[in-house]
Order: sequence, then structure tokens, then C-alpha cells
Amino acid sequence: MVERRPAWTATKHGVLALGVLVVAFPVYMTLVASTHTAQTVMGRLPLWFGAQLVDNYAHVLRVGMGSGSAPIGRMMLNSLVMAIAIAVGKIAICILSAFAIVYFRFPLRMTCFWTIFLTLMLPVEVRIMPTFKIVADLGLLNSFLGLTIPLIASATATFLFRQFFLTVPDELAEAARIDGAGPLRFFGYILLPLSRTSIAALFVILFIFGWNQYLWPLLTTTDEGMYTIVMGIQRMVPTGDAIPEWNRVMAVVVLAMLPPVAVVVLMQRWFIKGLIEPEK
Amino acid sequence: MHKRVVFRHRLLPYLLIAPQLVITLVFFVWPAGQALFQSVLLQDAFGLTTRFVGTENFQRLFADATYLHSFRVTAVFAAATAGLAIAAALLLAVMADEVIKGAAGYKTFLVAPYAVAPAVAGVLWLFLFNPTVGILAYLLRGAGYTWNHYLNGGQALFMVIIAAAWKQISYNFLFFLAGLQAIPRAMIEAAAIDGAGAGQRFWRIVFPLLSPTTFFLVVVNVVYTFFDTFGIIHAVTAGGPAKATETLVYKLFNDGFIGLDFGGSAAQSVVLMAIVIGLTVVQFRYLERRVHY
Repeated sequence: MVERRPAWTATKHGVLALGVLVVAFPVYMTLVASTHTAQTVMGRLPLWFGAQLVDNYAHVLRVGMGSGSAPIGRMMLNSLVMAIAIAVGKIAICILSAFAIVYFRFPLRMTCFWTIFLTLMLPVEVRIMPTFKIVADLGLLNSFLGLTIPLIASATATFLFRQFFLTVPDELAEAARIDGAGPLRFFGYILLPLSRTSIAALFVILFIFGWNQYLWPLLTTTDEGMYTIVMGIQRMVPTGDAIPEWNRVMAVVVLAMLPPVAVVVLMQRWFIKGLIEPEK
Repeated sequence: MHKRVVFRHRLLPYLLIAPQLVITLVFFVWPAGQALFQSVLLQDAFGLTTRFVGTENFQRLFADATYLHSFRVTAVFAAATAGLAIAAALLLAVMADEVIKGAAGYKTFLVAPYAVAPAVAGVLWLFLFNPTVGILAYLLRGAGYTWNHYLNGGQALFMVIIAAAWKQISYNFLFFLAGLQAIPRAMIEAAAIDGAGAGQRFWRIVFPLLSPTTFFLVVVNVVYTFFDTFGIIHAVTAGGPAKATETLVYKLFNDGFIGLDFGGSAAQSVVLMAIVIGLTVVQFRYLERRVHY
């Protein structure tokens, strides 16, 4: 704020309000549609909430969408397990390998480091066919192991922890060593508690990353009981002939957005830290 | 940068690094090697014999009009999405940077779409643009414009660009805001004292100082539209109508899993890997420069 000009301040608020409106509009229309009957959504294009909220949500949660669909409650549970397994797994293996790379000198240390670095350049989208084949050969299709493990290695998380460990004062490790603590004791009693904020920040980012996975669950799950909600939506989008149940589809869409959006909004401080900091 | 104080242990570091290394080798390095290997092989129609064909798969790929077409689609998609998402986010971040009252409220709303999955973002906009129930299609009809993205390829591409950009604004907004807040106030105040108006201050001082952030975001947004938008395309348009929204990753998926063309899809994987590696190198060279900056 350099000058004081009421008109300019009003303009700024106007632009921001317009931005918020554009960003929130699709979500608002989805919420509205999910509270009406299918006929109302088809006929009147409602702009305000209806009375079918409980009915629609209860139906999709318990019964699902049409034939051949698992209850959405089940899909949400699958998504939750997948998201938490990916977040926790990534954090666990990355913090350990960053610890090894920073606090030890061992032969092939840099080779290991660069091998991990490679994963940055190989997103699942570019190696889908061969990765799918390996997971199929290992008999991991339609299982949580197959759903999560191929996504669990992460160069970014390793880098973040490495960066953080490098800022931890050497005196702490020195003092721990003089007091007779071994590397694992140092890790458990000093490094891990110091890393709490980094872990919280990463957890938010990785939870969203895990919950929003699409291509990989699409390939590895053929059993309806294993579908995740984000990839399950694709099978519900009305394509033509039958009477489209947009109201229920939109209820599923709301349920698919709710957990990650809640995590971002409630843990905003950690989320922004986790997003911006690794790039610094 | 290295630690002065390290621990001595013969076996422990290997045990610590083993889980990540094993996963990386089994699910990242080995499949990537397989893709490289497959891309120089050709299988017969029954999958009984395989022979070495050298660069034939690549030659076939780049002689294939549909592949070149999906390259063009991806380029247009990436340029439009990145341009739209970056411009909108920059405008909002500049406004939010100077606003004091209600800043936290605006921020919460603008940040939330980050959490929405690409496929879900696609369905949100599909609903608004649906020719029978969509409010936007209805308004466009009222304005005398026929909207049907099921038939019109240009409209379908427009819709997925809007959905992809809508989701990416959050990310860009946060980075621009952090970049703006890192600019010393004194510089802007000095310019104001010298008589520079708001527009001049932005274009002469703020925008040049933000250029590292902008460049970083361009790379990230291009990577995002290349890879992460698969969900939007698959859930909303399935590459159609008439391949108008068939991006490179969608085509790779389609040829590999639906068409079962292993050599061809492996060659496509290798091309995509080259693109990711190129983009990553660009990004890191720039990041290294910024450290000295």
C-alpha cells in the first residue's frame, strides 16, 4: 500500500470478488444441483438449493450410482486408504533415505542420490505400460499394494528433507554423539521431532496428490470394490441414452471434492508452506 | 553443501536408503528401461514373435498424421492453459498483495481449487457446459450461439482448457503472492516518490522482479497440462470429438491399453520421457541460476 486512493482500493476488491466468484461458481452450481431431483435439474436449471439433499447423498453413499457401481461410501474409504498410504509411505521412505544421504558417507552415495533424482523425470504417465506389466506380474492388481507402492517413491520429498537436514546445526549431531547416542537414537530423538513442521506440510500435499490419483487406479483396479471415488466418477458421467441422474452425479462430485478441499482449507498454513518451500 | 559431522556405520545407511532405492528401481527405472527396449522392437499381429526394428517405431510415429495432430493439440492446450492460468493468477495476486481487509478470505477461496482432482474439475465444467442441463450452454444459446461440445471439436478443446486453467489458478496465485511479498517495499515506495503511477510501478519494477517466478510457473504449467490433465480429457471428452482433444498422454494410453500397439506406445513413452527430461533440465538450470541471483 503505497498511496491511499479509495477508488483504487475498491477496484482491487472488485477484481478479487470477481475472481472468487468465477472460481466458486462451478462448485456452487454443483452443490445446488446435488440438492434437487433429476427432473428438476433436467427441466428448470435451478439456481437455488432444493429439498433433496439428504435423499441424494444418502442414496449415493449407501447404494451407489446405477448398476455395477459400488456404494460411494466404499469408494471414499478406498480413496482414503490410498491417500493415507501414499502420504505416509512417501514420507517414511523419503525421510529415511534423506537421513542416509545427509548423515552418512558411504560408497555409491551419489549414485543412489542420482537414481532417486531420476524419478522426478519419470511420472507414471510416461511409463504406464511397463509399470502396469510389472504390477500385473507381481499379482498386485486390485490390491492396495499395487495401488500405492508404484507411486510411493518421490524425489521431491527426499529433496525437501535433505534440504531441511542440511540446515540442522552440526552441533546437535556432535552433542548427541558425545553423549553416546547412535545414529538411530539421534534420528528418533532429535531429527524427527525437529522435522515435524516439514512432515505436516508434506502430508497435506501428498494426501491431496494421493486422493486425486486418476490414471493409476483406472488401470490397476477392475474390481468395483476397489474403485476410488475420483476415478469412479468417470463411469457415472451421463453419456446419452438413459435418463441422466445429474443430481446424484453431482452429489458424488461433491463427496469427491470434500476431503481434499477440507484438508487444504483447514491446514492452509501447512499446505502453503509445503507447496512453496521445496521450490526455494 | 555437506555435513561436517557424520555418523560412521557400515550397513545402516544402505538399510535406510534401501526401501526408496528398491521402489525406484522396480517401478521407475526398470519400466523406463523396458519402454526404451520395447520402442526398438516390433511384435507380429499375434504377439508370437518379436524382432529388432531399430528406429522404425519412431519413424512410423512421426509419419503418423494422428500423432502429429495430437502434438499440435497438446501444444495449443498447454499454451492456452498456461497463458490463461498465469495471467489470471498474476492479476489476482497483484490485487491480493495490496489488500489488507479480507485478504485471508479471498485467499481461502482462491486456493481451494488446488485440492480438486483434474477429473473432478472437468466434470464441474462439463456440467456447466452440458448442452441440455448446463447453465453456460443455456446462456450462450440465449445469446444466439449454439454450444455443443459433443459435436464441435473447438468447443470441446475450449472447455477442457477452461477446466484445466481453473484448477491451476490456485497454484500460480500462491507462487505469485509469495514472489510479490518478497519484493522489498522500499523499491516500490522509491518509485512512487519519483512519481511513477501504479501501472508504471507494475511494469517497470514488479513484473521484471517477478520474472523468475513467472518462468518457473510457465515450466510447471506446461508439465501440468502435458501430464496431469489426463483425468480431464479421459473423464470429459475421451479425446473426442474426432480426436480434437487427444493429447499426447491420452493417445499413449489409448494406443497402449485400448489399441494394444506395444512398440508404438513404447516409442510414444520414450518421446514423452525426452520431453519431461528436457523440461526438468530447463527448470533446474534456472533454479540454480536463481540461487546465485
